[in-house]
Amino acid sequence: MDGYFPQAWHDVGTIDDIPPQGARTVATARGQVAIFRTRDDAIFALDDRCPHKDGRLSQGIVHGHSVTCPLHNWVIGLADGRAAEPDEGCVRTIPVRLDGRRILIAVRV
Amino acid sequence: MNMLAPARKRLVVVGNGMAGIRAVEEILERAPHVFDVAVFGAEPHGNYNRILLSPVLAGEKSFADIVTHDRDWYDQRGIELIAGEAVVEIDRAARMVRGERGTSRRYDALLLATGSDPVILPVPGAELDGVVGFRGIADVEAMLAACADGGSAVVIGGGLLGLEAAHGLSRNGMDVTVLHLMPTLMERQLDPVSADMLRADLQARGMTVLTEANTAEIVGHDRVAGVRLADGRMLAADLVVMAVGIRPSATLARAAGLDVGRGIKVDDAMRTSDPAIWAVGECVEHRGALFGLVAPIWDMAKACAETMLGGDAAYVPGAVGTRLKVTGIDMFSAGEFLGDDGTEEIVFRDAARGVHKRLVLRGEKLTGVVLYGDAADSAWYFDLLKNGTDVSALRDGLVFGPAVAGAPAASVETLPDTAEICGCNGVPKGRILAAIAEHKLTTVDAVRARTKASASCGTCSSQVEALLKHALGAKFDATPKAKPVCKCTSLGHDAVRAEIRAGGLKTIPQVMRALDWHTDDGCASCRPALNYYLLCAWPGEYVDDAQSRFTNERMHANIQKDGTYSVVPRMWGGLTSAKELRAIADVVERYEIPTVKVTGGQRIDLLGVKREQLPDVWRDLNAAGMVSGHAYGKALRTVKTCVGSEWCRFGTQDSTGMGVALERMCWGSWTPHKVKLAVSGCPRNCAEATIKDFGVVAVESGWGLHAGGNGGIKVRVTDLIAKVSTELEVLEYCGAFLQLYREEAWYLERTAHWIERVGINAVRKRVVEDAEGRRALHARFLHAQSFVQEDPWAIEAARSERFSDLATVG
Repeated sequence: MDGYFPQAWHDVGTIDDIPPQGARTVATARGQVAIFRTRDDAIFALDDRCPHKDGRLSQGIVHGHSVTCPLHNWVIGLADGRAAEPDEGCVRTIPVRLDGRRILIAVRV
Repeated sequence: MNMLAPARKRLVVVGNGMAGIRAVEEILERAPHVFDVAVFGAEPHGNYNRILLSPVLAGEKSFADIVTHDRDWYDQRGIELIAGEAVVEIDRAARMVRGERGTSRRYDALLLATGSDPVILPVPGAELDGVVGFRGIADVEAMLAACADGGSAVVIGGGLLGLEAAHGLSRNGMDVTVLHLMPTLMERQLDPVSADMLRADLQARGMTVLTEANTAEIVGHDRVAGVRLADGRMLAADLVVMAVGIRPSATLARAAGLDVGRGIKVDDAMRTSDPAIWAVGECVEHRGALFGLVAPIWDMAKACAETMLGGDAAYVPGAVGTRLKVTGIDMFSAGEFLGDDGTEEIVFRDAARGVHKRLVLRGEKLTGVVLYGDAADSAWYFDLLKNGTDVSALRDGLVFGPAVAGAPAASVETLPDTAEICGCNGVPKGRILAAIAEHKLTTVDAVRARTKASASCGTCSSQVEALLKHALGAKFDATPKAKPVCKCTSLGHDAVRAEIRAGGLKTIPQVMRALDWHTDDGCASCRPALNYYLLCAWPGEYVDDAQSRFTNERMHANIQKDGTYSVVPRMWGGLTSAKELRAIADVVERYEIPTVKVTGGQRIDLLGVKREQLPDVWRDLNAAGMVSGHAYGKALRTVKTCVGSEWCRFGTQDSTGMGVALERMCWGSWTPHKVKLAVSGCPRNCAEATIKDFGVVAVESGWGLHAGGNGGIKVRVTDLIAKVSTELEVLEYCGAFLQLYREEAWYLERTAHWIERVGINAVRKRVVEDAEGRRALHARFLHAQSFVQEDPWAIEAARSERFSDLATVG
């Protein structure tokens, strides 16, 4: 996580802005963040870059609590950012929470 | 547990590969309780089938597919697996082995199965990064990693292993050159005629083959950059694979003072010069011979198991057959295939079909065989050869195979019990039948699991199935076990489609519930397939699920490697106008689109468009009358045309007009995979219609209709399905063909692969011979089209919010 630097919760929109089994992106100072909504309405946030070749995970197919990268079909776990075997790699997860239907993410300003 | 049981003896196996583990299996099968077994393996895995590294490299199998013994296998049998630790010392006096990390185990019996190492040519540069062998999964991983960056690969060695490596690299998009020292490829398995045919086949697949090519140096600074030949030629290379041969790994044995020649010397009982130490596999030297194929190794494992348990057995080397595992190349070789002064040859050649057969006879016996292009009868020939059968009575028809030779052993049912069915795993017919009876096996998979027959290269699967059928009679279930759509279901594509129609299933969640999907909402393989099947089954009724589409289809543009998109407007039949070109030019300038490229499908590709720009770009193109070219979809792409009779002095028909009419009929249709059409105005075929999914070639009297072509990795030329005289017929046949493809091909199956699977005659029957059926197919196509011919760009541009960021933070 961001260690020493202070973070703050930012309201980025509502769960209804994202289709179920879909994603939207948020522009941040450290690059694009992908916010996912799964079929069971759980919300996750990851850097929008596949650990393999920087594919945009926000454009992948969301299934269960995973997303398949559109470039080379790596499957990334939304909760921990880890690539499913046999691939190896990890993408940074971003703290996210729901306040009612509003989505808050914690990033350094 | 009997507390008075004598202590078990300790067996230590050095080498966790195919030979060592097979010997352990043979021992446990005979005597499960005699030994406590510990296995040292240098690689950090369980055991895998090294023969199948080639299909893994070619992308036809995954590593998981070729693992034969996972951790559980060792655990269940109480075998201690010390993986990832090479053995560095054998103390014969103390009967103890020691690993590189200090693990030591005492033994009563020691089995060496250390395998072999690739021969690395002693040329300058052989130690550079990017020079690999082809022995283990680590080599395959290194090759696949190199393939990800593309470029050129040089494979040194045109033998079995080298060619399989070359094929795999070529399939992965590398530009491959094979260097072979000898004048012909695979000279240890092929006669010069079949070697030339093989060379032509490999070159047709895009590989370059250089024979009599002597490698002088591998050049490069930190990494390999090229290969210099002795004659001075330079070849660029980002990857060099050395596949010039293998050498027994005997260093450990030599250091322990065992008798070692080129390999670890063993007697017929597979014992080394120390009676407590056995050796099997590629590390051994037996009667002066070395080994590199799998079949003899199974026999060694058997002899070793018998003698280690105190029995009496001898390994007797026998004839060995060879196959090349390159998809689409059918070859088999065994015995003394070249012949000499004392032999006679029977040669059959059908150059047009690419078939060559050479049989070598010594007296009344078959002693050598080479089959190229058609190796269907290899088991029959191999059996005659191994058994030394007197073939004089069969000689007239021998070269045409068992059916013509009138041989009594024409089918697998009549083969003797000793006949080897699975060459890879050395499984005779008798053992398969015994396993079927004893364990009540009913499927090929079950036979495979129990006996290993057909578990390796798979070429004998049909024979295993025939045996099963023979053994079970009426109880045999002939329905082929279809490959499941993905890991979320055990059903195959055809079964899923049938259930969708029969069960009136209309949404993806409904399908998954009704068909007991193993996952809650599928995966990236099955969701797009189901979305397509539902769309095809219920035109006008099914509501497309954008979240189950690949990003290209969801975004109506092609994602590029940097995350930007490419935009291709439709150009009907390849025609455009000043107005369209001006609008495109304006869009390029307005949105600062970095690259504009003319495509192979006669359109213009705008590359590097940012996601948030897409709706605006589309709106502007729409304003000039242009619509989506579906260049991103499993859908109708282009209809390529030549200028035809309107302008061309050779043109016999208006090919451009025909192409426009076809594109107007077909645009917007969703198909199992992309579909490309072309229309040529004369047999000179400038529009390359014979490598398209559906190609139309004009002749004086009308139109030739061709189907199932493909210009991709593996070029497939179309089959001519019909000749028709009017434009209306062209439209009807084309619509019917596409609808048949839409309804019956599996998702992500191109027309070429579909036709290869079902046969062109099945397609002719439905589209050409059955006029009523054709009209019905065409009508269903037009019905489906009535719901989809609406420009997706116009629809999407109106809901542009999803193309932009949800928010900006910081």
